[in-house]
Amino acid sequence: MSEVPADRFYLSSHEWAQEGDDGVVTIGITEFAASELGELVYIELPGEGEDVHFEQQFGEIESVKAVSALNSPLSGQVIESNASLLDSQEPITDSPFEEGWMLKIKPADDSWKDQLMTPADYESQLNNS
Amino acid sequence: MKKTVLNSAHQRHGARLVEFGGFEMPVWYSALTEEHHTVRKQAGVFDLCHMGRFEVVGDDPVTALDKVLTRDVSSMKKGQVCYSLVCQEDGGILDDILVYRLPDRWWLVVNAGNRDKLLPWFEEKLEGAHIVDHSESLAMVALQGPLAVGLLAPHIERPKGRSLETLGYYRVGAATVNLTGTPLQGWISRTGYTGEDGFEIYVDSEHAEAVFDALVDLSDDVHPCGLGCRDTLRLEAGMPLYGHELSEQIDPISAGLEFGVGLHKTTPFIGQSALQEIESRGPQRRMRGFTVDGRRPARQGAAILHEGKVVGEVTSGSPSPTLGVAIACGYVDSGIPEDASLQVDLGRQTPDLKPHPLPFYRRETEKV
Repeated sequence: MSEVPADRFYLSSHEWAQEGDDGVVTIGITEFAASELGELVYIELPGEGEDVHFEQQFGEIESVKAVSALNSPLSGQVIESNASLLDSQEPITDSPFEEGWMLKIKPADDSWKDQLMTPADYESQLNNS
Repeated sequence: MKKTVLNSAHQRHGARLVEFGGFEMPVWYSALTEEHHTVRKQAGVFDLCHMGRFEVVGDDPVTALDKVLTRDVSSMKKGQVCYSLVCQEDGGILDDILVYRLPDRWWLVVNAGNRDKLLPWFEEKLEGAHIVDHSESLAMVALQGPLAVGLLAPHIERPKGRSLETLGYYRVGAATVNLTGTPLQGWISRTGYTGEDGFEIYVDSEHAEAVFDALVDLSDDVHPCGLGCRDTLRLEAGMPLYGHELSEQIDPISAGLEFGVGLHKTTPFIGQSALQEIESRGPQRRMRGFTVDGRRPARQGAAILHEGKVVGEVTSGSPSPTLGVAIACGYVDSGIPEDASLQVDLGRQTPDLKPHPLPFYRRETEKV
């Protein structure tokens, strides 16, 4: 069974969002998503200053087999993008919840968590799929 | 979704299952790239039960087949296997298949996704012959890779004491398969879709799971392999895949499959005059191979550009585990010279395509 850390929120399309002490939100994809994708070969991420929107595509991730969309769990502005992933996507596979983070986002509003799944909700989605 | 008789074996071996050709099939067991290298360097086991296995029955199956297949079937010898196309009147490809001339009967192996389409087509077009569909009752598994012949030979008995080593490439014969503790009567052919030496084994479906497991257990060097690596292996080997390089809108001449067409064979076949015409005026587009600059693979449907204009389309693309670069093939307008500068439209980027001769990979010793 895939790990679902309790310290963050989830989107049904398998992205996570974690709030930092400074109010900045870090996002990435879940262990389940990473294992479904298999071996990764390429990722495209937005740069600093670009806007992302709730449930809208913010980038693309490509495995040996296929391309998949990355959807944003919240609306806001990118303040940092994990540039090391452009060279090697291994951290996404090996450490999807830590080293494999993708973007740090300044949320457009404080209510972003209300639209997301709790860890328990997401875990039950995984169990029922 | 349909399942093959090996579905529970795939689950036991830890496969990730996906839909392919209407069947739930393993895309990989451990990892695609690892399985790819297993087949190039050792040997891999594949479930091919999703493919259609048709017997052609009738008074004169040779003439009946010659009228619906592009290949000159009448010249096939007993024990020979041939690649052929099934075409429409306009030359568009309905399927690409293998034709097996066994000592006393004729078989066709067709693509999974085209099984349901071909049955009524053959029913209508075969004159004086009909198809008996053995796809469910007869299983098909492959052992592919340089170690295949050595590992399999001790377990295969052939008529008149012939060894497995003497079965030529694209040859088929009866075999007693001694893999499961009980001798099984079946067939074996030296065929495959990987660009490596290897075999396809046909036994009754009730024994499929035991044979599959026994093949995996032949040696620590053998692993079950999914359709994911089957796709990268065949792409490197320059072999077309129906639904990608081939379709009803594409003819075999444009696809570079002239070798599979008896253009001037004496028995007229469906599509012959259309194909002769395409041959004589030259196809409007041609299949070409490329390496893609940068890390990102080009995928099916990506536009191929020359001086900013669309001049073609990618049909298949993937990272090549053997070459270590992204490779692609696709159709390009015939008027575009070989050395013209081409790019591929990947959204934000338009990396260069460098021409690469097909196939991308050829094994060192082509076994005969």
